[in-house]
Amino acid sequence: MKGRNPILWLGLLLVAGQAIAALIGPALAGYEPNAQDILARMQGPSLEHVLGTDNFGRDILARALAGYRTMFAISTLSVLAALALGGTIGVLAAWRGGWFDEVAMRLMDVLFAFPLILLAIGIIAIIGPGATGTTIAIAVVYTPIFSRILRGPTLLLREADYVAAARSIGATDFRILRDHLLPNLTPVILVQTSLSLSTAILVEASLSFLGLGTQPPTASLGRMLAESRNFLSLSPWPAVFAGAAILLAALGFNLLGDGLQDKLDPRLRSRQ
Amino acid sequence: MTAALLRRIAELAFVAFGVSVLTFLMIHLIPGDAAQLMLGAADAAPEKVTALRVRLGLDQPLIVQYALWIGHALTGDLGNSIWTGRPVLDEIAGRVGVTLELTLLGTGAAIVIAIPTGCLMATLRSSAADYTVRVLSIAGVTIPSFWLGTMLIFGTSALFPGAQVVGYVPFATDPAANLQRMILPVTALALPAVAALSRVIRAAMLESLTQDYVRTARAKGVSEARVIFSHALRNALIPFVTAVGIILGYQFGGSVVVEQVFALPGLGRLVVGAIAERNYPLIQAAILLATVVFVIVNFLVDVLYLVIDPRARG
Repeated sequence: MKGRNPILWLGLLLVAGQAIAALIGPALAGYEPNAQDILARMQGPSLEHVLGTDNFGRDILARALAGYRTMFAISTLSVLAALALGGTIGVLAAWRGGWFDEVAMRLMDVLFAFPLILLAIGIIAIIGPGATGTTIAIAVVYTPIFSRILRGPTLLLREADYVAAARSIGATDFRILRDHLLPNLTPVILVQTSLSLSTAILVEASLSFLGLGTQPPTASLGRMLAESRNFLSLSPWPAVFAGAAILLAALGFNLLGDGLQDKLDPRLRSRQ
Repeated sequence: MTAALLRRIAELAFVAFGVSVLTFLMIHLIPGDAAQLMLGAADAAPEKVTALRVRLGLDQPLIVQYALWIGHALTGDLGNSIWTGRPVLDEIAGRVGVTLELTLLGTGAAIVIAIPTGCLMATLRSSAADYTVRVLSIAGVTIPSFWLGTMLIFGTSALFPGAQVVGYVPFATDPAANLQRMILPVTALALPAVAALSRVIRAAMLESLTQDYVRTARAKGVSEARVIFSHALRNALIPFVTAVGIILGYQFGGSVVVEQVFALPGLGRLVVGAIAERNYPLIQAAILLATVVFVIVNFLVDVLYLVIDPRARG
């Protein structure tokens, strides 16, 4: 079984490739994402414009790369915030038990009851459309997911012999959490973060498709797709490439999460 | 059974209460003066702002406000639209049918396609087939439905110029035209769900195909088709029911976005439009109603689970 995990490698390759594209791509695109060239509008792919141009004559590749950067920044920031907040709630709830566990987890149940997109839309209605609203909305939506995912394993670990041993030699709670719990929770955290990033990318793209995400003129893939629909029959290229970029980004993280789960979850490994 | 059922009912009541409190608080979490924002212009006349605050009850203590709000909500009064002055319930009632039709058709189509697909996938046991199935189903889950919808519109109008693919015809006016316009949106909505659900069926089938009763059935000469569809599938449907309950919520969220793609006048477009208008009573009511419906649907799924799986009753 060792070294044979093509799904993991495919996911890693997609994620690494797109992360590099988001980081250094905009500098290499050769065009400013907002630079208009009205004489060169709605062109198909060519040597000059590798992915063609949109209805304002803006370079699609440059805009897609800038859109990648926005999408990765928002989804990563919000999922990490959800991991920090939800993870802390889940671990503490399991660790302390009692009324804290009961109150915290019932609160998470309530948040979890809202249909995901609708909760995100409700939060954006409060904060207002834009990058900040989207980031906070996605962070809140994913918080109960992380708290539930981390509470279960923590409950099991709390009863582990080595935790009792650490406690008996006088280790503080903080030290047990850091040195004994965290390393054992890492596989769950890695898998869930990767899978959540995949769906968070889709949520971010949906919200900006609806016009609730990043506001113009900042390039965003979802908005690019929404705007290009008005010119679909004249020039399908922006719609094709913006959607493909969203798909590839979400696919990369999902494959990565799936591959990691295979590699890190001993129960799954023995079954195969 | 009764104890398990009572516990589920208590959980349902608590979650519904929590959802109503959070939805109620929404209007109080808005930075700035909600009444002022709703009236739009920053220089709205102070007496108009005060009048709206009084009308919305924003001048009362929070607890009193919640009691009044939930009391009205339970008697079917969720307030009036800031924009049109009509009861928000009427506005929602006019739109919810489209979203329900889309959500239910999308989920129904996904279930019908996913069960045979998942069973077929479970019979492919080579490691090459295994990887192909996994990559394809992951790709299916991650395909953005609004992109798929856009590409379907583009493809259809390129192949059949002049075909009407966007817009809505009420079912009561012309059932055939209604269903015809639903084909592309339902496809866009169903495909990711087909991928997710067939994967659940496949995993559950692989699990149940290794059980003793399947070996017994095979040993006594039952045909392979009967083993799969009659013996193994019945047990595989237990996790499937849970997955369908979860998928329904996702499908509802998906239809909010797909409505936008196909210009369908559903709840999604109503709510997204209401955000631009800062029509908070409408947003609140739509979120409250949709969430309560999903809480109840998930409760029913849990109850169904208790009925079909004796192990869950303990």
